[in-house]
Amino acid sequence: MTSKSLLTEDKRTKARNAAERRFKSYGVAAIAVAMMALAILLTSVIVKGIGAFSQTYVTIDITLPADRLDKDGNRDPAEMAGVTTIGYASVLRDGLIDTLAAAGIETEVSDRDIGDMISKEASATVRNRVLANPDLIGETVNFNLLADGRIDGFFKGRVTMETASRDQNVSPEQLVLAEQMAEAGIIETRINWAFLSLPDASDQRPEAAGLGVAILGSLYMMIVVLVLALPIAVAASIYLEEFAPKNRWTDIIEVNIANLAAVPSIVYGILGLAIFINFMEFNQSSPLVGGLVLTLMTLPTIIISTRAALKSVPPSIRDAALGVGASKMQSVFHHVLPLAAPGILTGTIIGLAQALGETAPLLLIGMVAFVRDYPQAFSDSAGLFGDPSTALPVQIYNWTQRSDPAFVERAQGAIIVLLVFLLIMNAAAIILRRKFERRW
Amino acid sequence: MKDTSMTKNIKISANNIDVYYGEKHAIKDVSVQIEDKTVTAFIGPSGCGKSTFLRCINRMNDTIDIARVTGHIAIDGEDIYDPRVDPVQLRAKVGMVFQKPNPFPKSIYDNVAYGPKIHGLSRNKAELDEIVEKSLRRGALWEEVKDRLHEPGTGLSGGQQQRLCIARAVATEPEVLLMDEPCSALDPIATAQVEELIDELRQSFSVVIVTHSMQQAARVSQKTAFFHLGNMVEYDETDKIFTNPEDPRTESYISGRIG
Ligand SMILES: Nc1ncnc2c1ncn2[C@@H]1O[C@H](COP(=O)(O)OP(=O)(O)O)[C@@H](O)[C@H]1O
Ligand SMILES: [Mg+2]
Repeated sequence: MTSKSLLTEDKRTKARNAAERRFKSYGVAAIAVAMMALAILLTSVIVKGIGAFSQTYVTIDITLPADRLDKDGNRDPAEMAGVTTIGYASVLRDGLIDTLAAAGIETEVSDRDIGDMISKEASATVRNRVLANPDLIGETVNFNLLADGRIDGFFKGRVTMETASRDQNVSPEQLVLAEQMAEAGIIETRINWAFLSLPDASDQRPEAAGLGVAILGSLYMMIVVLVLALPIAVAASIYLEEFAPKNRWTDIIEVNIANLAAVPSIVYGILGLAIFINFMEFNQSSPLVGGLVLTLMTLPTIIISTRAALKSVPPSIRDAALGVGASKMQSVFHHVLPLAAPGILTGTIIGLAQALGETAPLLLIGMVAFVRDYPQAFSDSAGLFGDPSTALPVQIYNWTQRSDPAFVERAQGAIIVLLVFLLIMNAAAIILRRKFERRW
Repeated sequence: MKDTSMTKNIKISANNIDVYYGEKHAIKDVSVQIEDKTVTAFIGPSGCGKSTFLRCINRMNDTIDIARVTGHIAIDGEDIYDPRVDPVQLRAKVGMVFQKPNPFPKSIYDNVAYGPKIHGLSRNKAELDEIVEKSLRRGALWEEVKDRLHEPGTGLSGGQQQRLCIARAVATEPEVLLMDEPCSALDPIATAQVEELIDELRQSFSVVIVTHSMQQAARVSQKTAFFHLGNMVEYDETDKIFTNPEDPRTESYISGRIG
């Protein structure tokens, strides 16, 4: 028998190499599918949602007539408040008609329909400005006013002549006029950071709806979660991992923590409703209750990752500390905890990110309400984080429920905001991890 | 190394020590008198309980949930298992060096300074610097690291790390130094350095060293105890153990027939 040549593959080697190549290609295929799904998802969200970050404005000079806005002529804001937004709406309409005439634009569109091209929100904006500064009356003031949602949709491609012909809220003639106005520079679509700061708006004014209240509510809840969940979870983990005797009770606790992490989030919502709202009588819809519920939900996640981080610290470090006469606590706080910190941080941020995107439990505790007032962090009447509020994911859910497609665009925009926050948090987790680990 | 001096003080007196890990009886009725300013070696086949017995002397067994120790160990006549004794205080007096070098992931300086800091041995930075330098000199490491005290201790070579651990242990001014196979993870050159160091440490401390290498025991110790299956079979002058053991089990271990 001659010895085998190394230059030719034998049968077994061939089969083994083929199996390896197959396995690698499965892996590559799986990753490709995942990346494609991600790409499609992101593109669709961005394409649909990017519109929320720009908004169409009408720029008009309006002479604020004293006889209509301040009948008594004494510039007293209390009496001027008697003129409602309806009164202002007609002033704006007349202002726009005058502006069109001045620009030499002729149109068949009725006066009423011209007025409707301005957002219903605009009259409130102007009224507030006038009441804040009564001296404006009689002056000619340049206003940048929100265009109606349909007009805005036309410039973003959401509304077309075709859909307008079937739409009761807008007519093709109005759209033609809008185009003329755009050429004359009266109407313009531009970037809209107010989307991030404005409160929610009613069904008829999607153009005025923003995420201000939702972002504040989410921020307050994250503060509550961070302040409560991190210390509680770290303390619990340190106790369980470093101090507690290993017996039946700690085993039971351990199993239960693992189980809690798998409990559907809506169950935490029911729990929060029963305990925090019905029993402890905290304010419904408040970031405090939301934060407490999310804390309960996040605790197991942080505990599990903190314990894993503590476990991964080599026991020889504990021996070393005890060996030079450190107490148990000193060994934990001086040596074990700093080494576990990157893991704990990552776990905490992942827990927070989870909490930030959580919707179901918040629906149950009423955070889905329509809120236009910015919640205060503290107020005498409602206490700490007690003002009614919404949260980002709930706002998204809420907007997708409304009939006007302009709200869908805004919901997609809100998803972009949520994703950006999550990205920032995950990036922070990675950076912190690197920073702490690089110490050596 | 020959034992030059006359009879020495008894530093550690262990009487009728039994250790159980749960059901397992790991140390069986061991009594031993360990002298001051002497290197005492524990030898024996692996698993015979050398480390377990060593850990009784600084009560490191307390940190193992299932371990139970009975009997009496006195250091300078004081029972270290007395309920009034705080094991943390004890461990400042009885330093320990482990099998695998285990420096803290901190700077060389901080490694050595940690013990003195938590025990309040220095009043200011200058004093602490002094302690660190003195300890590193005693650990025969000063010349090698004096220019990079603030670099991580984990960046040193294995032998240097172990000497750093020795320096860290002596920094708390212990009276007894326990070493559990301190050279088993080191190369021959590093081993020789550490052995030389152990001989110097004998001037100041009572050193107890566990080793699986009989040559090492013969080289560094004056007294040797032979453990077998949880029993202490024989304890005598090192010379005597290696040349003329009483017990046939010692005899066969020395000559390489068990272990
Ligand atoms: N933490 C522990 N838990 C349970 N059994 C242990 C533990 N440590 C050591 N033992 C057992 O005690 C016996 C003695 O171990 P050890 O003292 O480490 O031996 P040596 O150091 O002489 O090799 C061995 O049988 C070992 O399995
Ligand atoms: Mg051992």
